[in-house]
Amino acid sequence: MEIPRHWRIKKQRYALVGEVCPHCDAKIFPPRDVCPECGGEAKTPFAFTGRGEIYSYTVMNDAPAGYQESTPYTVALVKLQEGPMVTAQLTDLGSQPVEIGMPVEMVTRRIRSDGDERGMLVYGYKFRPVMQA
Amino acid sequence: MREVAVLGIGQTKVEEQWDKSLRELAGDAALAALQDAGVGRVDAVYTGNMMSGSANFQQHLGSYIADWIGMRFAEGLRLEAACSSGSAAFRTGVLAVASGAVDTALTVAVEKMTDSPANEITAELATAADAEWEGDQGLSFVALNALVMRRYMHEYGWQHADFMPFTLNAHANGAHNPYARFQKAISEKAYLNAPVVCDPINVMDASPMGDGAAAVLLVPAEALRRLPGARVITVLASSGATDTIAVHNRRHGPFLQAAYLSAQQAYRQARLTPDDIDFFELHDAFTIMAALSLEASGFAERGQAPRLALDGEIRPTGRIPIATLGGLKARGHPVGATGMYQIVEVIRQLRGEAGGAQIDGARIGMTQNIGGSGSNILTHILGCS
Repeated sequence: MEIPRHWRIKKQRYALVGEVCPHCDAKIFPPRDVCPECGGEAKTPFAFTGRGEIYSYTVMNDAPAGYQESTPYTVALVKLQEGPMVTAQLTDLGSQPVEIGMPVEMVTRRIRSDGDERGMLVYGYKFRPVMQA
Repeated sequence: MREVAVLGIGQTKVEEQWDKSLRELAGDAALAALQDAGVGRVDAVYTGNMMSGSANFQQHLGSYIADWIGMRFAEGLRLEAACSSGSAAFRTGVLAVASGAVDTALTVAVEKMTDSPANEITAELATAADAEWEGDQGLSFVALNALVMRRYMHEYGWQHADFMPFTLNAHANGAHNPYARFQKAISEKAYLNAPVVCDPINVMDASPMGDGAAAVLLVPAEALRRLPGARVITVLASSGATDTIAVHNRRHGPFLQAAYLSAQQAYRQARLTPDDIDFFELHDAFTIMAALSLEASGFAERGQAPRLALDGEIRPTGRIPIATLGGLKARGHPVGATGMYQIVEVIRQLRGEAGGAQIDGARIGMTQNIGGSGSNILTHILGCS
């Protein structure tokens, strides 16, 4: 895992910064400069609220290299309020069972560590259940 | 375009082949195909493979394999489309012969997986997904399929046990295939009690990896039709389609749009409908993918493939036999070689060489090879005249 490929997407990883299409108003995450809905050029930054709901989920019992220290962990497809879906880990679940449709919000957490190999720690978004007031 | 025919096939058994290297496996399959065809030289060697660079520290398979099998000076290319790499190599051979650019094309596909430790292979397989937005989040390839399966079960109301017929059928059929990794039927209990990998996917929903290679030699059909009384197996259709690399960008819910598009294109090319297909070697890397492939290819309504399976219609005597020689589940899934195994198995059925797994009256067979979790799908139809 090389540092530049993580560094250049830090705005997305830390703040869910995507884009909005000036032609059809589609919200885009991650940014790709071409609107997947209408095909027009879309370079206007747009910060997502980080709120959404669970579309599907599963549990990782056998992790890929670099992720073993946090097994088992829950991963999900999260449908953001603004439209796009993201793939992410869930966190702060406590004893609460995960369900499709459950409201969640984005938080920043450590995602992986390379251990002794390069010593790099990668931080990014995870999602947790929305706190009840 | 010229009509393209099959002149020879070869394959190795799928298993942990500790004493065989990447090129030895490819060579075994390729030389078997050349021997089967009675051909000494070919114009081109098209090699399908997914991950030799990371798993075997070897790239440049176009030259590497051509050289190894004694075909230096022939054209040599390597084709990669994740789990669809085998079909990609086959399709390249079909296009080359059909166009008239090449008269004899050897298509071979190989994957040598046991050179890497298991957790590294897991990470390498995940490179078929979107590395930045799926893989970096700590998801394995199994996890992506589990996300699709759970959503499918949620939308259509199926239980995990409803997917059992896919696994039982594959293993019952694999028992008759000497090249299959697992050659025995399994019980309902074995399916229901299997350890969970990524809920709802358990070990018996998932195909096993393995080392393996398969090969098919292609020539213009006109050359074979001149031979009196010869049974000629031809390629009736070859098509591919892509979808988003990441599952989260799909717009169609748990449905394989690329499979639908490539199947429709294949039916148009062959001037056939799903009713004309005698058997179907689909990509049952996971039971959910077998279900989605049947639906996208027109054999079941959306959300209804488990019903087809529960009714026994996927068995050798059913309406649309699938995984007739074990499928990915029992034959094994040597990732980049799998598509070529599917083609070889269709040819064995069309030749009447499938032994105890022979489908009566098999004249038209279809394959569908899924790269990634539905992002690159190739469909082939072969027929026997």
